[in-house]
Amino acid sequence: MKFGVVVFPGSNCDRDMHDALAYDLEQEVIMLWHKDKDLSQFTTDDCIVLPGGFSFGDYLRCGAIARFSPMMQSVIEFAHAGGKVFGVCNGFQVLCESHLLPGVLLQNENRQFVSKNIFITDAPGNVYKIPIAHGEGRYYADEKTLDQLEANGQVLFRYCNEQGGITDESNPNGSLRNIAGICNPNRNVFGMMPHPERACSEALGNTDGRKIIKNLLIARQLVY
Amino acid sequence: MQNRNYYSEKVDNLFPENDDPLSKFATSNNGKSDHLMQVTAETAKQLRLTEEEFELIKKKLGRTPNFNELCAFSGMWSEHCSYKNSIKWLKTLPRDGGRMLVKAGDENAGLMDIGDGVGVVFKIESHNHPSAIEPFQGAATGVGGIQRDIFTMGARPIATLNSLRFGDLNDKKNQWLLAGVVHGIGYYGNCFGVPTVGGEVYFEDCYSTNPLVNAMSVGIVNVNKTVSATAKGTGNPVFFVGSATGKDGIGGASFASADITEDSTEELPAVQVGDPFQEKKLLEACLEVIDTGAVVGMQDMGAAGIICSTAEMSAKGGVGMRIDLDKVPTRQKNMKTWELLLSESQERMLLIVEKGREEAVMKVFDKWDLHANKIGEVTDNGLLQFYYNEELECEIPAHELVLGGGAPQYTRDYREPGYFSRITGFNLLDIEDMKEEELKPVAEQLIQLPNIASKRWVYTQYDSMVGTANATTNYPSDAAVVLVKGTSKALTVTVDCNGRYVFADPYKGAMIAVAEAARNIVCSGGEPIGVTNCLNFGNPYDPEVYYQFVKVITGMGEACRKFNTPVTGGNVSFYNQNPQGPVYPTPAIGMVGLIEDMEKRMTLDFKEEGDVILLIGIQKNCIGSSEYLQKIRKIEFSPAPVFDLDEEFAVQEYVSSLIKNKMIRSAHDISEGGLIITLFEKAFNRNLGFDIKRETVIPDKDHAIRSDAFWFGEAQSRIVVSCSALQAEKIKELSHSSITRLGIVTSGEIKVNGKNWGHISDWKQKYDTAIENYLA
Repeated sequence: MKFGVVVFPGSNCDRDMHDALAYDLEQEVIMLWHKDKDLSQFTTDDCIVLPGGFSFGDYLRCGAIARFSPMMQSVIEFAHAGGKVFGVCNGFQVLCESHLLPGVLLQNENRQFVSKNIFITDAPGNVYKIPIAHGEGRYYADEKTLDQLEANGQVLFRYCNEQGGITDESNPNGSLRNIAGICNPNRNVFGMMPHPERACSEALGNTDGRKIIKNLLIARQLVY
Repeated sequence: MQNRNYYSEKVDNLFPENDDPLSKFATSNNGKSDHLMQVTAETAKQLRLTEEEFELIKKKLGRTPNFNELCAFSGMWSEHCSYKNSIKWLKTLPRDGGRMLVKAGDENAGLMDIGDGVGVVFKIESHNHPSAIEPFQGAATGVGGIQRDIFTMGARPIATLNSLRFGDLNDKKNQWLLAGVVHGIGYYGNCFGVPTVGGEVYFEDCYSTNPLVNAMSVGIVNVNKTVSATAKGTGNPVFFVGSATGKDGIGGASFASADITEDSTEELPAVQVGDPFQEKKLLEACLEVIDTGAVVGMQDMGAAGIICSTAEMSAKGGVGMRIDLDKVPTRQKNMKTWELLLSESQERMLLIVEKGREEAVMKVFDKWDLHANKIGEVTDNGLLQFYYNEELECEIPAHELVLGGGAPQYTRDYREPGYFSRITGFNLLDIEDMKEEELKPVAEQLIQLPNIASKRWVYTQYDSMVGTANATTNYPSDAAVVLVKGTSKALTVTVDCNGRYVFADPYKGAMIAVAEAARNIVCSGGEPIGVTNCLNFGNPYDPEVYYQFVKVITGMGEACRKFNTPVTGGNVSFYNQNPQGPVYPTPAIGMVGLIEDMEKRMTLDFKEEGDVILLIGIQKNCIGSSEYLQKIRKIEFSPAPVFDLDEEFAVQEYVSSLIKNKMIRSAHDISEGGLIITLFEKAFNRNLGFDIKRETVIPDKDHAIRSDAFWFGEAQSRIVVSCSALQAEKIKELSHSSITRLGIVTSGEIKVNGKNWGHISDWKQKYDTAIENYLA
């Protein structure tokens, strides 16, 4: 499989994502400019990544303009055809704005940008230390949607403490039900606020992100 | 961007007449071209030019300048652009040698060689005055401005740092300034996408009303791809790229060159407005356009806007320019010539392009949806000629405007400040030593003082990890360690200055600032290679302030020569005053170091229970200028801490050798709060504790040392290291005279002199939340 990383004019984690995938995880990576539309070199075995950043400045709602870019039209088609799409941080916001994932990401509860290491846990109960860096990462959806997400096993990650306990104190932004990442019912579109690409290099002292990317996107059979 | 609307609505009616130096001219000459306006010495005075300077301008031009020309001189001869009151002294600093690739002051930022064809570009700059008036935009545009200085040279910024000063944190206004500045830095830096990897924040009364906001950026460039801020080649087109020009920031340079007063909020439009998304696009476009090979020269438009960039680029290339101001894209109608010349609208660049290659350049900016307009061309007559609708509005020889050319250079008088007698009058014997039972409660107070407590409320609002190169997130060290991707090297970067030390002794205090920066780099495993400085002072026309300035430059120069760290560039910010007087002299030292091999990097935290804690350096009977003396004992005037440059150098050399020989597992220097705070800071990261006894571990030699000096003194040149028991034996065998065994690392309990001080997690809780509690 190979990866395509979409570059919006205000993407700033695009190169980080490239480096993590290409050097730390030894994957083939192609950078995709937002004004282009062509995804013909990708098959549904491949994965398109929407990286973090401030796609179009995000002076309006985060991701609200990116959704209308030419490349996103192709990415939406690609997702509907069953191709894998992975959004991190701003990429997650773009996926929600594009209605490829349910819910929205609101301003953090304390109305401050937050950048630090936090812990998240997946359904099997693994705990990962992963950085976050966002001002609008508070996951919100109505109760019915949240119940559905849980019933379908679409909640990929929740904020937790170092021991894996899902507590209010370990929730860095006020996300409902501590949700840090979700997927669609078909399990081919994934979005998360934490940055696994920032935790892939031994030189940086944290490789938990490799496990996340491998499990979600590279492993032949999805774990969940 | 709601602020932008706010500015444009208010811009014409915000000032009462005469309060703003330029505002009266905005309406006084309706229908009349500015170049036809009568100009007198009185006009010059209103533009903050002295009568002598006005006479000098007339002499240089051989005629009376018109209003546009006078405005050009006002901006360019302002303190901010001309360094007229500082340059003579700045020239005494070590400004070349070592790894330097360009001489200090020749380009927008310093450029040093780090091998493998890679150069590091770095600079620090102040944005104090705008931040005092409008902390959010002031700080944001400070971050934006310093980034442009880096990428205008072709470098990609990879790390930013900042050095901040505020007044008493109990004061609501200061809380508002802190929150606004931090929000502004985060707003701009987070979107721009360069990590904030380090910095410092101090709170002292002298910074009330006039906070200091210094931002530093560090970038990486292929040494064969650097771009010079020089205009060359008659007939080459001059391009204006980036954001359109508005009325924001007009007169900013001269505004930054005046005292802050209570009326200064009336100067709001002198504060610029930032758009980090534009800057991000500008960065990518500028780096991409360099790859076309069509760029002859490039400079950002910062202070004094178009007039400054055209003047400096032309003067440096020994050429002139013909500029058609009507071709400059504007964001509001009816802008006057002088407004176009002086506007400090952000995110703009001036490019000189090779004639015939215009299309390649336009294509890149078109890709990034940025303006790129040809506004003129390079000429061979050395004149800056600005036209509006084919009418000549302003004509000045470029070199007359710039530093090193026609700009005046002054030598100011100075005299020893009166307050020095109060410092020399300090007698240690007048202060009763601390009693044994006071030790723990004082330590508890100290660890919660704003200058000592965790700054996490500040730094968690900055993206510190974007770029995936900040190696300090998970491995904290005294200086930030930033990987140079594609090589095995890393940079160590830090910014340091304790203004109180400099206030107490400007000469020694400045040396300490340089020494501490170098010490932080050495403790991180790096070799110091270069310095950038941001010199924050009060009004230079006050001889006592100027005395501080002169002594600071002298001390800084001496220390930089000792550490072989040339001063590659920097920024002077005078006029930092409030109605009570000037700020502490605050020469923030930004230092860059190099780690050739990441195996040799060092971290600050205790690693394992049972490790031995050693002190490298000599304990001194000194509490001078310490947090303890000032904040707990409430003594405002006392000498700077004990410091000897040679001793400092020897300690650093020694610790560096311990690191290189893999003899230690952590290193952290003693600074604010003294030894006890250093021990806590080493313990926090891994939730480990320490067991330290003074009476049993220190032999007779320290009998003369007071208890408070031992635990809380801030004498310099001391580094606390930890190592395994085996390593400790080896170090002992090598017997360096100034090594003291302090105790051992525990699993989390704190024991001092045999007494139980509780668990590290309780201390950490106090340390982490102190500043948040002030703001709650």
